[in-house]
Amino acid sequence: MTTLVIKGGHLIDPAAGVDAPKDILLKDGSVAEIAGPGKIKVNGNTGPDVQILDATGLTVAPGLIDIHVHLREPGQAHKETIATGTAAAAAGGFTAVAAMPNTIPVNDSPEITRWMLSPDRSASVRVFPIGAATRGSKGEQINDFAALKAAGAVAVTDDGHPILKDNIMRETLAAAARVGLSVIQHAEDTRMTQGASMNAGPTAFKLGLRGMPPEAESSLVERDIRLVTELKDARAHLHVAHTSTAAAVAAVRKARRNGLRVTCEVAPHHFLLTEEHVGLYNTNAKMNPPLRSAADRDAMIEGILDGVVDAIATDHAPHAVHEKEVEFEHAPNGITGLETALGLCLRWLHKEWKLPLGRVLSLLSAQPAALLGLKGRGTLAVGSFADVVVFDPKAEWTYHAKETRSKAHNTPFDGWTMQGKVRWTISEGRIAFSATTPQ
Amino acid sequence: MNATATPPARRQLQTPKPPASPFPYNPGSLLSVMDLDLPAIGQLLARATALENQDPLTRDRILLKRRIALLFYESSTRTRTSFELAAKSLGADTTLVSSLSSSIEKGETLKDTGLTLRALGAEAIIIRHNSSGAPWLLEQETRLPILNAGDGMHEHPTQALLDLRTILTHLDPSSKAVILSDRKSTVIPSEAFAETKQTVILSGARRASAVEGSAVSPSTLEGVTVTIVGDILHSRVARSNMLLLPRLGAHVILCGPTQLLPDSAANAGPGIIVERDFEAALRQSQVVMMLRIQAERLAGQQIDLAQYKDAYQLTGQRLAAHAPKALVMHPGPIIRGLELTAGVADGPQSAILEQVRHGVAIRMAVVERALTAKSTIG
Repeated sequence: MTTLVIKGGHLIDPAAGVDAPKDILLKDGSVAEIAGPGKIKVNGNTGPDVQILDATGLTVAPGLIDIHVHLREPGQAHKETIATGTAAAAAGGFTAVAAMPNTIPVNDSPEITRWMLSPDRSASVRVFPIGAATRGSKGEQINDFAALKAAGAVAVTDDGHPILKDNIMRETLAAAARVGLSVIQHAEDTRMTQGASMNAGPTAFKLGLRGMPPEAESSLVERDIRLVTELKDARAHLHVAHTSTAAAVAAVRKARRNGLRVTCEVAPHHFLLTEEHVGLYNTNAKMNPPLRSAADRDAMIEGILDGVVDAIATDHAPHAVHEKEVEFEHAPNGITGLETALGLCLRWLHKEWKLPLGRVLSLLSAQPAALLGLKGRGTLAVGSFADVVVFDPKAEWTYHAKETRSKAHNTPFDGWTMQGKVRWTISEGRIAFSATTPQ
Repeated sequence: MNATATPPARRQLQTPKPPASPFPYNPGSLLSVMDLDLPAIGQLLARATALENQDPLTRDRILLKRRIALLFYESSTRTRTSFELAAKSLGADTTLVSSLSSSIEKGETLKDTGLTLRALGAEAIIIRHNSSGAPWLLEQETRLPILNAGDGMHEHPTQALLDLRTILTHLDPSSKAVILSDRKSTVIPSEAFAETKQTVILSGARRASAVEGSAVSPSTLEGVTVTIVGDILHSRVARSNMLLLPRLGAHVILCGPTQLLPDSAANAGPGIIVERDFEAALRQSQVVMMLRIQAERLAGQQIDLAQYKDAYQLTGQRLAAHAPKALVMHPGPIIRGLELTAGVADGPQSAILEQVRHGVAIRMAVVERALTAKSTIG
């Protein structure tokens, strides 16, 4: 295996408390040494197998971790494959992605989990499957979480088919706690969102579209928090996926104050965009949860700045072009996000809203790794996995959806200015993306 | 001292602005009433009158043999027929594609249907669709002039224009009052097919003076209150009217039960208020637009019809007691005995069939604009 030396860069490793010029030696897929500039002895580390990456002027950080992506395999390879989705991840600086189970068939078994993890999938970066909480994600029969975990699943969820029945959710939380898995809930009381295709409110009224009320999200978050409270099991962990409403963030904040293990993630589109960005039926601004009001968007920013939000996750949801070129209410939900997350976070969270770079990177690596218990990831401490992103933090560039490595082009951020250009993404010691590599 | 504490100052953060709308792509399109500025509205009204009065034998040279497709995903009587008659009056060839007798049934998408019509030589497409926003998609994909003949629960711009024309014909330009005419009108030949014995319409001469003389301005409908009653939530007619009429100075009152009229409707634009009490609304109104409950769009909602009629049916008694001088309008189809009684529909205050007649004139002007409008950006 190649040995890599990253020289001349500025290392930011929030989990290890490092923010200084450092050189890094990566060997056999792990971080072998961190040292001051020019201090790494390359004796024994020379030869054809040693590659030196000149990171002068660049930031070196733990590879980014996205705990909410849809890779569409098995079953919907026309939208994305594990290979193309992880190639996009690598281009975006991600070295690990957690894949949602809404595949066809649903990933509710060790067999499918193992299939996703097979080397035959040609993943560019590490994939962590998330298992379905219930059989077929139908919300009725709980899966064998121990078996899913043994096969490689890092959490359970029914994602787009939220668990509505109290008793099933209670059992899910209890069973997952017993085996040490997190329960991720896409909080949407689907009884309140029938036929709806955007946020409820004046904009939906004006556009003549049925709306999803914010309460459909917050009421389920509140219900889930109540169930965690009643469970009285310190191991129980509820993670609220793609939080989009002020009330849901408030509920999570309160739960945390009460000492519960409740975490949440926010997607870049929910802290940047509002329902106004739907414009005149732009299907690339249609996702679930939908873009909300300006007050909700502001609450996402506040939640990130004040620390209640634990992770930025993209909810990367690729769709074929023809699937989005239809009437708004018939278009599938979701947008891509892996290639735009870092550029948007640096452009807005860091540059515009002054969140320190270390905290931005923590939300994109250390915290999501801790949240799902991904050992040896989210940090570059010696002995950790050699998952690294090297980027130019000052570079401004324009994102062009047609140049994506994903199969899909469905993004509202086409043509947007990004900040922070990825130079290399290194996954377990192997260069998974280099800005100079042709597509 | 003020007892309520002021909230802590919110961080004033710059946030990304929504992009400017690229619509309409084609200057001939009419997707929304918001596509038209006041001069354009005045122009359409003037052309409607001019075309209506023009000799049919010269009028049909205007768009002679031009090709216009009507693409209808929903049933329609008034809109489809009047668009077709309007296009034919201008000499155009029209063809009707409806969802039930075309490849749409086989799964052809709106995009492909539009591209197919364009390949067949259609120079403009008139579309009615059950999904809000469908005309925008069609325009984006074909770049042809697209005329929105009603999209889902969203807009029906030509209906709002013909409703405006109907109101203007009843507007006394000097007193700015809406007046009912009790005179039996001289029937204009081109309109004869629509005349019924109960309809009260104004004379052709009087209409010409009311509509033609005045370019519309922000004060044209000053002092006029228009109440729209009933199933506002599902109504594209309501949305187009509430966005159009206040721009000419009218007040719009929306009236109906919460189930069919969310409070947020008042935020749809300026000059709009919500009033739940029908009789209170009637007392303020010079114009009352009644709407049908759109059973096909209720999506599982249950409406107690007895209760609804009790609160919101326009009866002869209600009209006489609270709005004896108001003009009664309805975009059709009317359900007699539900939103209004047969007596009111056929009564002297009803302008329902007049509205239908104005539809042909307005649609002639809109179709003419579709194929003759020039881009203002060179």
